[in-house]
Amino acid sequence: MARAVTTRRKAINTAIAWAVGLLIFFPILWIFLMSFKSEGDAIKAPLDMLSAPWTLESYGVVQERSDYFKHFSNSVLLSFGSTLLGLIIAVPAAWAMAFVPSKRTKDVLMWMLSTKMLPAVGVLYPIYLLFISLGILDSQLGLIVVLMLINLPIIIWMLYTYFKEIPGEILEAARMDGASLRDEVLYVLTPMAIPGMASTVLLNVILAWNEAFWTLKLTAANAAPLTAFIASYSSPEGLFYAKLSAASVMAIAPILIMGWFSQKQLVRGLTFGAVK
Amino acid sequence: MGQISLSNVAKRFGEVEVIPPLDLQINDGEFVVFVGPSGCGKSTLLRLIAGLEDVSSGEIVIDGTNATEMPPAKRRLAMVFQSYALYPHMSVRNNIAFPLRMAKLDKAEQDRRVSDAARVLNLTDYLDRRPGQLSGGQRQRVAIGRAIVREPAAFLFDEPLSNLDAALRVGMRLEISELHKRLKTTMIYVTHDQVEAMTMADKIVVLRAGVIEQVGSPLELYRTPRNLFVAGFIGSPKMNFLKGDEAKKHGADTIGIRPEHIVLSQEKGDWKGTVGVSEHLGSDTFFHVNSDLFDEPVTVRADGEVDLHYGAEIYLSPNTAHLHKFDAKGLRIS
Repeated sequence: MARAVTTRRKAINTAIAWAVGLLIFFPILWIFLMSFKSEGDAIKAPLDMLSAPWTLESYGVVQERSDYFKHFSNSVLLSFGSTLLGLIIAVPAAWAMAFVPSKRTKDVLMWMLSTKMLPAVGVLYPIYLLFISLGILDSQLGLIVVLMLINLPIIIWMLYTYFKEIPGEILEAARMDGASLRDEVLYVLTPMAIPGMASTVLLNVILAWNEAFWTLKLTAANAAPLTAFIASYSSPEGLFYAKLSAASVMAIAPILIMGWFSQKQLVRGLTFGAVK
Repeated sequence: MGQISLSNVAKRFGEVEVIPPLDLQINDGEFVVFVGPSGCGKSTLLRLIAGLEDVSSGEIVIDGTNATEMPPAKRRLAMVFQSYALYPHMSVRNNIAFPLRMAKLDKAEQDRRVSDAARVLNLTDYLDRRPGQLSGGQRQRVAIGRAIVREPAAFLFDEPLSNLDAALRVGMRLEISELHKRLKTTMIYVTHDQVEAMTMADKIVVLRAGVIEQVGSPLELYRTPRNLFVAGFIGSPKMNFLKGDEAKKHGADTIGIRPEHIVLSQEKGDWKGTVGVSEHLGSDTFFHVNSDLFDEPVTVRADGEVDLHYGAEIYLSPNTAHLHKFDAKGLRIS
């Protein structure tokens, strides 16, 4: 009896999970299907999603009208660049807070996180004016710095959490063994934190890739990433669902594929054998 | 050489003084055990010597050099941690070689020392494994191996056996003692287990609330404990304490008598009582005897052959030659 109930409950749970999953996935699926339709079919009502004719026309137009690869390479540069720069700052910061905490460490962490609650638009003008006077408007470097600053609290928090997991005694052992601070971070802490670092990098690359406020406001042509590429298709002259969809698919595909392949890396934790 | 002397060493965490100023002399080649209940400051004291904590005041001198301000690595001390603290991402070989690599020894010398240590500790077959693939006892050996290769002035052990099961603990205890006899290097060993202290130490340092209660050889502490705390802490099962009239008879506030120094008889004796719980170890039997004369049951050691049932009436006679007398402050009256 018990077994039957469990099996039925399991089936219901599975069905609910699939339903929720499909609901969340639906917009992406919709965009994907739309991108293979002609502009006329895409706005037809009632919408006929699954039937032919399928066409690659929108992709062709999008590729012709704008330089996908330039936007793509900007996206790669901005997301990886800002994450790397963030790591360089966050590793020592997280190390200090995890292993040499002071009374104020928790407050500092909370303060860092609180900056995420500030509406970005509130600092748009100061930053915009700053960018103009520094002459870095529409430059990759300027955006890398801004994106890094936006995600820095998250990078520090994530690393802090992973570092906290590492038993302090292991670092003390390294110190007894004659390791300098540099050796300790390089040979002991970093290798042990690699899975944590990998997921931090991955998450922040995704966040930076998707960032669509600053990347739109602070770029024009030169440094514009894929978010600007999509935005350029939501034109005021009319709705071009098919082209907009094709552009969106091209923008999200790389990060989606990357996330898919690194799923395991994201989830896998470190199996410690060092301590009891 | 491994001579360590502490003078006026104190440790405060903010307002809290965990170790009031103390002096301690550890001679070259000695096996010194810091023992005391948990929270007594024994681990903190060890960490001060290691340099993992800064002293609040006082001086630590290692082999004639003032090491008070030295970083841990410069003190030429090796430490074995309670949690082993192995590097999980390195093989056993690289774990043991790590201090040598940090010291930038050449590769051939590193290999020679690692294989020597592995042979001594029976780890040769496991050199290419990761710590995660080893048993608790093997991990502890790797931790010891990592300490040995450095050829330190002294070894520091912080409760190294408390994560092992009882049988393995006895084995490792012997191995560490054996290692000390062979290397003749100073060892400082922290434990809360007085049996470990008694069996391994040349010199025991009994600590309570950061204060050294007594320093001496195991038998010195067993025979002439300086106060009630040491008397109660050293020896297993612990010493029986009697207050009131029985103590006054001997001109003391409290008298102490060990379970092995009481004679048990069914016919006659000084104190009459009834048998409570008995613990049969085979070789010995410990009886917990209740009596109107004592506030708490008195523990008595008898031969393993003696068989008395619960509630049996018996007589106890303390061996007065082994009676310990303490005054109202708990200090020994000699």
